[in-house]
Amino acid sequence: MFEMRLHGRGGQGVVTAAELLSIAAFNDGLHAQAFPSFGSERTGAPVMSYCRISDHEIRTREPVNNPDAVLVIDPTLLHQIDVFSGLGPDGYAVINSSRSLSELDLGDLVSRGKAERLLTVPATDLAREYLGRPLPNIAVLGAVAALTQVVTLDSLATAIRDRFKGKVGEGNVKAASAAYELIAPASGQARKPEVVDA
Amino acid sequence: MLKQIEGSQAVAQIISRCRPEVICAYPISPQTHIVEALSRLVKSGELEHCEYVNVESEFAAMSVAIGASATGARTYTATASQGLLYMTEALYNASGLGLPIVMTVANRALGSPINIWNDHSDSMSQRDSGWIQLYVESNQEAVDVHMQAFRLAEELSLPVMVCMDGFVLTHAVERVEIPEQADVDAFVPPFVPRQILDPQDPMSIGAMVGPEAYTEVRYLAHYQQMQALDLIPQLASEFEQRFGRPAGGLLRTYRCEDAETIVVALGSVIGTIEDAIDELREEGMSIGCLALKTFRPWPGEEVRSALSGCKRVVVAEKAFSVGVGGIVVENVQNAIGDLPIDLYGAIIGLGGRAVRKAALKELFTDAVDGKLASTTFVDLDRDLVRRELERMSAKRRSGAHAENMLHDVSSLVSKGV
Repeated sequence: MFEMRLHGRGGQGVVTAAELLSIAAFNDGLHAQAFPSFGSERTGAPVMSYCRISDHEIRTREPVNNPDAVLVIDPTLLHQIDVFSGLGPDGYAVINSSRSLSELDLGDLVSRGKAERLLTVPATDLAREYLGRPLPNIAVLGAVAALTQVVTLDSLATAIRDRFKGKVGEGNVKAASAAYELIAPASGQARKPEVVDA
Repeated sequence: MLKQIEGSQAVAQIISRCRPEVICAYPISPQTHIVEALSRLVKSGELEHCEYVNVESEFAAMSVAIGASATGARTYTATASQGLLYMTEALYNASGLGLPIVMTVANRALGSPINIWNDHSDSMSQRDSGWIQLYVESNQEAVDVHMQAFRLAEELSLPVMVCMDGFVLTHAVERVEIPEQADVDAFVPPFVPRQILDPQDPMSIGAMVGPEAYTEVRYLAHYQQMQALDLIPQLASEFEQRFGRPAGGLLRTYRCEDAETIVVALGSVIGTIEDAIDELREEGMSIGCLALKTFRPWPGEEVRSALSGCKRVVVAEKAFSVGVGGIVVENVQNAIGDLPIDLYGAIIGLGGRAVRKAALKELFTDAVDGKLASTTFVDLDRDLVRRELERMSAKRRSGAHAENMLHDVSSLVSKGV
């Protein structure tokens, strides 16, 4: 089982991003479960969502407390809440930012984890370029696919096109693909994570 | 068709395929995506021969449902939380009149304090309303049990509540097989009402009944609901034969065969409990789970039989009766009667508090070690309660509990505790 937790703010598509990851995994023939952290959601408030992927039926309904991967869609949350809570030393982290981890003052995260599994991706810039709007939630998913390989880019693209029709869909696919290309060479040796349960 | 889909959307699709003729709902929180999606299906014409009535309150929603069902229309609505409470008076009328309305309750907590999150306080408060109550574990089961609910309601002429955990299921996106229209049609035939208000053949329903027959009419309601104990397993069995997967029924057991300890629970928490049980089994504990699918009518004999070989039972439930303790646990006590079983009640997941596998394992281990009280509030923050009790004893005008305790919680968070 591979468990992910997504952080962002209300209105940034944090819940949609988790859903699309689950649909991409479904398209890959896997079991997946996506759900929001339930709150009085309002624009701008911190929001979390979760996605689990497994080759088995997923029975648990508890929130993801010990994620295998953390996705930070809004980097302004980094020093406001503990977005990396429960992330183990083998964990993955994808942070939407055009700055590096050290520029974001995340040296501590790097020192206790595996450097090749922790990265930033300029998802907002990519979204602005390919989508024409600063909506980074989908572009981040391209980076997640490249880094963790829990879903394939093809399945992700199919999921995106099913959700967003026409130009918005194509723009998001391009942004996600660009993020994928940006990350894939760097993480080419990244081991495929344990979706398959022992 | 197998889809990765949100629970509410999946339920809307199966309801549509059950061909309701009237859907009435009040579109304000607490409400679900289910009726929102259904309103679109009616408007687009995908759901034909159905009138969607946007009413002005939940009381009106149930009242319209009663009127519609009395004219012989297959009738559906959905609600939760305070919305269900606001329906209460009409709920008793729907069941008393024997009208086979199907309603989804997307389980949520009740105020005060205001809380929009999941627990079973709402549907449990209506356990005596005369409605059949079915609880589902997953979104697949929600889809499958709604199909059975129309059959059950219409064959018995009784209303059925399908209780699915709000948010935990309604907002979860997971894989669900949604049966095709032809298969649904074959399983859910057109509604043939037992009574019908028809201008061509005038009659009245809802007569005032005095002491001369009130007991008998009420007894009949009890008698009819008890018939469901036979019909529910039949429908579940027919469903499994047709669709190739189990769903519904009175109860389901998991690793209970030789279990010394059995956990009784209902709803979506079953999956997390099963994961906990698998881990405890690996550690050598003899433990299983009884998932209650039907709570009203109460399958007492079946529960007794499933629990008869064990030494202890932990009932984990998401609601409680203030001044008493657990609700399901009282029913279980009735079922086991004089069997030599230690019975423990555990209150979990109130108002959206996450039910953690680790907390469940600790609870079950404490039960085996004989360390549980008869009623345990799992994950209760005793310090938070103690501070409020101290404020109350310190001065008369100590203020409102909820505000005081929230203030405590947020000041602890800001101190990084």
